[in-house]
Amino acid sequence: MNNKIDENTVRKVAKLSRLALADNEIHEFTAQLSAVLEYIEKLKELNTDAVEPLAHCLPVKNVFRPDEVRDSLGTDKALANAPQRDENHFIVPKILDEVSA
Amino acid sequence: MSNEILNLNLIEIAHLISTGEITSLQATQITLDAIEKHNPNINAYLSVFNEQAIEQAKKVDAKIASKQTIGPLAGVPIAVKDNMCTAFGTTTCASKILENFHSPYNATVIEKLLAADAVIVGKTNLDEFAMGSSTENSGFAQTKNPWDTQRVPGGSSGGSAAAVAARMCYAALGSDTGGSIRQPASFCGIVGLKPTYGRVSRYGLVAYGSSLDQIGPMTRTVGDAALMMNVIAGHDERDSTSVNADLAPVADYKADLCGQIKNLKIGIVTKFNEGATPDVCGAIKDAIAVYKSMGAEIIEIDMPHFDYSIATYYIVATAEASSNLARYDGVHYGYRNKDADELVAMYSKSRAEGFGQEVKRRIMLGTYVLSSGYYDAYYLKALKVRNLIRSDYTNAFEKCDCIMMPVAPSTAFKFGEKTADPLQMYLSDIYTIAANLAGVPGISIPCGYDSQNLPIGLQIFTPAFTEHKMLKIAAMYEKNTNFPKLPEMK
Amino acid sequence: MTKEFVVKKLVFNKLAKIMSDIKYKVIVGLEIHVQLCTKTKMFCGCALSFAQQPNSRVCPVCLGMPGSLPVMNKQAVEFSILAAMALNLEIARFTKWDRKNYYYPDLPKNYQISQYDLPISNKGYIEIPLESGQTKKIRITRAHLEEDAGKNTHTSGDYSQVDLNRAGTPLLEIVTEPDMNSAEEVRALAIELQRIVRYLGVSEADMQKGHMRFEPNINLAITKDGIEYRTPIVEVKNLNSFRTIERSIIYETQRQLDEFIETGKTLKMGNKSTRGWDDDKQMTVLQREKEEAHDYRYFPDPDLVPVVWTDEDLERIRKNLVELPIEKRKRFIDNFGLSSYDAGVLTDEKSLSDFFDEAVSAGGDPKRVCNLITQTGLKIANEKGCKVNELGFDAKALAQLAKMVEEGTIGASSANIVLAEMAATGQTPDAIAQAKNLIQKNDTAEIEAAVEAVFAENEQAVDDAKNNPKKAQKALGFLMGQAMRKTKGQGNPKLISQILNQKLGI
Ligand SMILES: [Zn+2]
Repeated sequence: MNNKIDENTVRKVAKLSRLALADNEIHEFTAQLSAVLEYIEKLKELNTDAVEPLAHCLPVKNVFRPDEVRDSLGTDKALANAPQRDENHFIVPKILDEVSA
Repeated sequence: MSNEILNLNLIEIAHLISTGEITSLQATQITLDAIEKHNPNINAYLSVFNEQAIEQAKKVDAKIASKQTIGPLAGVPIAVKDNMCTAFGTTTCASKILENFHSPYNATVIEKLLAADAVIVGKTNLDEFAMGSSTENSGFAQTKNPWDTQRVPGGSSGGSAAAVAARMCYAALGSDTGGSIRQPASFCGIVGLKPTYGRVSRYGLVAYGSSLDQIGPMTRTVGDAALMMNVIAGHDERDSTSVNADLAPVADYKADLCGQIKNLKIGIVTKFNEGATPDVCGAIKDAIAVYKSMGAEIIEIDMPHFDYSIATYYIVATAEASSNLARYDGVHYGYRNKDADELVAMYSKSRAEGFGQEVKRRIMLGTYVLSSGYYDAYYLKALKVRNLIRSDYTNAFEKCDCIMMPVAPSTAFKFGEKTADPLQMYLSDIYTIAANLAGVPGISIPCGYDSQNLPIGLQIFTPAFTEHKMLKIAAMYEKNTNFPKLPEMK
Repeated sequence: MTKEFVVKKLVFNKLAKIMSDIKYKVIVGLEIHVQLCTKTKMFCGCALSFAQQPNSRVCPVCLGMPGSLPVMNKQAVEFSILAAMALNLEIARFTKWDRKNYYYPDLPKNYQISQYDLPISNKGYIEIPLESGQTKKIRITRAHLEEDAGKNTHTSGDYSQVDLNRAGTPLLEIVTEPDMNSAEEVRALAIELQRIVRYLGVSEADMQKGHMRFEPNINLAITKDGIEYRTPIVEVKNLNSFRTIERSIIYETQRQLDEFIETGKTLKMGNKSTRGWDDDKQMTVLQREKEEAHDYRYFPDPDLVPVVWTDEDLERIRKNLVELPIEKRKRFIDNFGLSSYDAGVLTDEKSLSDFFDEAVSAGGDPKRVCNLITQTGLKIANEKGCKVNELGFDAKALAQLAKMVEEGTIGASSANIVLAEMAATGQTPDAIAQAKNLIQKNDTAEIEAAVEAVFAENEQAVDDAKNNPKKAQKALGFLMGQAMRKTKGQGNPKLISQILNQKLGI
């Protein structure tokens, strides 16, 4: 059986998903995702030209909230779960992908 | 004595506590003892709130003693699936990525349980981020089926189902995205109800597939499920997708249970039933015969797009999941790989190490189907088929009051039986998934046992926002049979 | 309308030899983000904040905590519709929310709630005033609503700090067609848009505070030897004042021209680059060479429901639409005969233009009111650091003062003194003029007597005025001055001049 997706595509998708996958995972996922995508192909049996996409089952629209201030958490609670922080900030490692001259 | 108390159902224990015949402290202590005794083997709970539960029980007892108004779940030990946020303890979703996560707020359903004076005893195991059908995808523990500890409890609400069946609580909350309440209820021989999409607030339910997720009760009787629905159903201004009373008023589900529905029309699709194992198929036939004997009319219906529901689901749910789970990146909370010295590596390593295989697989699939060039072929196509699946239900409900079919093609399977082939695991959700895509409510009730004494579930669907009717139909069966029986706990 | 430049440039590279002269035109389209001035964020009840303690104005929703859900801020949606109406955009009857997926630490959910294929509005235009006095219509492609991200601060170390106070602030994104052809036009659009959103009260539109962010897309259409070339599009970021917007376009025009002459590089798929404005060096600096193949994986946000407008809804919102600055400017010129410059000054801020309008409808002569405001009012307001309508007198009092000048009760120069005193004390112009002895004498008999007395004392001057054309003007001025002196400076100059002329028979 031809794979629906190749390892290269799987690597690209992993990058897009921000998942550092090991080679064996790439290999395994390629086969498994191919099988699932192969199965999903069955949707092509259906002619849906005249069918509206249904993103939501609900008959609900215009759900608004009044522009009224509610309590915020405050800095301490906001940062309570942070893996790394300074006094008032979340801290992340340096960002490389901004400048690529 | 303590076993007798443990074997009481939710309505019974709530009554006894409210009338002061037993105290909440007694019931809570007995439950905590049962957890201490059985949980090391069953692994239904990921965390247990011993002290807090005792504290709450005493508070409720004091309320009762001083004749204050009490809520409908006053003093009753209840469990919640660990994907609902609690401002106490941790909320892990059975994922290493949230291992030490402390939510700063309570989910709306938690607020409602507390407002009903319930005693929350602990948080139950699940497939990581509710992705799975056996609870084998938990990042922390393997929950065992109390009927046969060699077998899975079903999933993803396997911990809640096992806790209820093993009398480690009187009722539990589960969540259902593609069958995650109904299938484990079926595997563990209890009642599991997935409400109509929009009936119960999702605020504080950690999202998997946002357009499919619903919280619902898992109990030992239909009446108990009705009582739980009375507590958790209703509009929430914090959830834009929860439906307000103008559109669909909340019923008194428990009060509505009395009486019979005359001239009940039951829709069935014969070939669906035949797709299950002979034991399951036989039990469903018997159950339908019971309804027939009560005067119901059986109508053969057609649901031509049902067969496409799994394919549709694995596009819609994974697409939403890939976006919903993007936030677990090691920046604001959760697990972080400490070695990475630049941002993208930190993201990618944290996520790769924090998530389990099934979660990664679904994120990958969801990312792929949304990515440029594939959107129309997969995601858009799936939304269109979703519409067709919904119309299957709409059309069917013009001919019948409810639809009945199995919950799962088989009874509880053994550990490891389906883990090697994800697609085979996905295919086992064939009977439950369509209801999530269509947004209609479904219930699983025990209706028999297979040759190995494993429970079998009957699934009933009714139109959107008619849970009261669905519960009544389920109660008709329950009253006329000997079910449910419960697994023996040694 | 478009300005075309012809340059004859001496260049020293090989290409230049075959390039004796070229024509070029700059083409600019804008992507603009306007922060709406609601009380709370787009999808949660956190207060909007500027310069608060970092990460204090956040909650589970804007932190993207597990399980949290967004709920639309009604005011933000209505503000965006109002702004879209003012920009002549077609309002979509059905609009929905989409998720734009990308990873960045200032984006807590790693997706931005935005609008993709069904924005709140499409196809409009903004009319901008040009220095020539004419106006130009710039087409607007669309305007949509979205949530803002937080802020990353790059520290000197190996780390960045993340502050999420701004995360979730409602933003109106406006995209124009590439219809601007000079730095002046871009600046005019930026200023006009600022006026409009301030007139509507939907944004504070303070550029320094990042309430308005402009990202121009700039390239050149170059005609060389009868063939038209397009240079690669450059998107410029980090522009935080009108001045830098203007300079960045002037800079890019020259840079792209030089680059074209040197390399001959033209616009191709995917060679759009991003440059940042460096205010110290007064130049743009390359940030991203190629427009990365971003794959945002847009899809409808399942946590939010669509917005569907009825005629009644839109009419209700439309009632908040006010007369726009450009319309007001035209009316002030056409109806009141003000100069284009004065009309521009008066309509720069809505409060001032309203104050002017009010004074005029209270009976003040438009030109007199305009002069009082522009000559003195604005100066005092500026010194006090407030607006003219906040100086402590109302429009009626200003109209009253204008009337006193008009009727000759006080002189034009005295009026400015009175105005200053009104601002200082809040007293009526009449009371101030009385107290300060600034009321002019309008008694004809008294003035005639004074003039006659002056004539008697200055026969030579009278003679000069009458008979010596060389000295007449000077003599008349002298007699006028003497007559003013006789009335102790309170005689109405107009009346004195009239009587003088009459008595001299000229
Ligand atoms: Zn917030």
